[in-house]
Amino acid sequence: MACGQQPARLAAYMDGELTAAEAQGVEEHVRGCSECALEIAALARLRRGLLAARGRYLPDPALKKRIQQQIAKPTRRTGVWLWLMPATVGLAVVAVLLAMVWTQRSVSSQGFGEVADLHVSDLASANPVDVVSTDRHTVKPWFAGRIPFTFNVPEFGGSEYTLMGGRVAYLDQQPGAQLIVGLRQHKISVLIFRETAEMARVFPAAVTVRQRDPFNVATWQTGELRFVVIGDADAAGIEKLVGMMKQANP
Amino acid sequence: MDPANFEPMAMPLFDQLYNFAHWLTGNGVDADDLVQETYARALRGFGSFEAGTNLRAWMYRILRNTFLTSRSGLAAQKTMNLDDDDAGAVQEWTVHAVTPERLMLQQENRQLMLDALESLSAGDREILLLCEVEEMSYREIAQVLAVPAGTVMSRLSRARTRLRQALSATAPGKAV
Repeated sequence: MACGQQPARLAAYMDGELTAAEAQGVEEHVRGCSECALEIAALARLRRGLLAARGRYLPDPALKKRIQQQIAKPTRRTGVWLWLMPATVGLAVVAVLLAMVWTQRSVSSQGFGEVADLHVSDLASANPVDVVSTDRHTVKPWFAGRIPFTFNVPEFGGSEYTLMGGRVAYLDQQPGAQLIVGLRQHKISVLIFRETAEMARVFPAAVTVRQRDPFNVATWQTGELRFVVIGDADAAGIEKLVGMMKQANP
Repeated sequence: MDPANFEPMAMPLFDQLYNFAHWLTGNGVDADDLVQETYARALRGFGSFEAGTNLRAWMYRILRNTFLTSRSGLAAQKTMNLDDDDAGAVQEWTVHAVTPERLMLQQENRQLMLDALESLSAGDREILLLCEVEEMSYREIAQVLAVPAGTVMSRLSRARTRLRQALSATAPGKAV
């Protein structure tokens, strides 16, 4: 400019970028300089004109919403957890159920393990039976006074089963009856105990024949009595004996 | 900063960032992409944003850097010398002979002003928008453009000059 004033300095004055002392200097100069006064006026008009560019382009609300959702993700971390909560709870429930089933299995394993031990120890014993008899009318009375309950022995005559005898067995510190029944080359134990809370815990209420290596085993409860049939006979052989025991002890 | 603070702090800037993005890119499709990418980058980098510093300048800077590395931004740099500090092309003395902007504004012809702004290089346009539309201080503008504060004053002055030249060109018959 002819006066020597820098246009950029005038603009800086308009932009409020000068110190108070500098601004005062510019104002004093402009009062006496028409060229600079015109420049200031032109800058002011330019500014006003450029306001047209403000808000000239408006975003699509859908875009705004989309971006808002994108950036809101971290803040909704808790929301994510809320969303995950049912899954977490579900997993926890499944874990608890699995634990319960596993515990139940191990408990029942414990129960079946004990009767299996009884069966095996009996087979290994030099005296597998205390009462040697094929006659149920001999065996049943023998138990009287030895065990705190009575039960019925089915009639094996005419069947493929042979009653070999019986003895007193102990399960859960309770005396019970153990009948040894032969089926061809197989020996099967029929264990009868008074049902206790512990037995109710370790045995399912009723289980049809199931494989428990190397034995097949079945258990059920009738009244106050718990029956367990275990042996190395096949499932059908065990099942048939179970049927006979059930029929005799409805 | 905690990313949880990002949305409430950054979303109020959305409309003006979008406007700025549209002016930079020159079209709505690229502006959409630019703003979206800007917010995504800002969110990723929000951990390094220092509380108490200027979020607006920080966001504009991200938007600008995003633009510069975008396809349209690279094209703009090739043809428009976005970061050109060469003042040789501007002859400031020509400006004062005519004041067509006065005439146009008297006619309230916004469109001519907008057209003139559109015709500028992206570099001139952005600094004018930051100063006049966003009303940023030179210091803020320096942060956005990542240049020394002293550079802002001279670059802004040149941009204003070129805008006035563009106005003269779009309304030659009305030049005073």
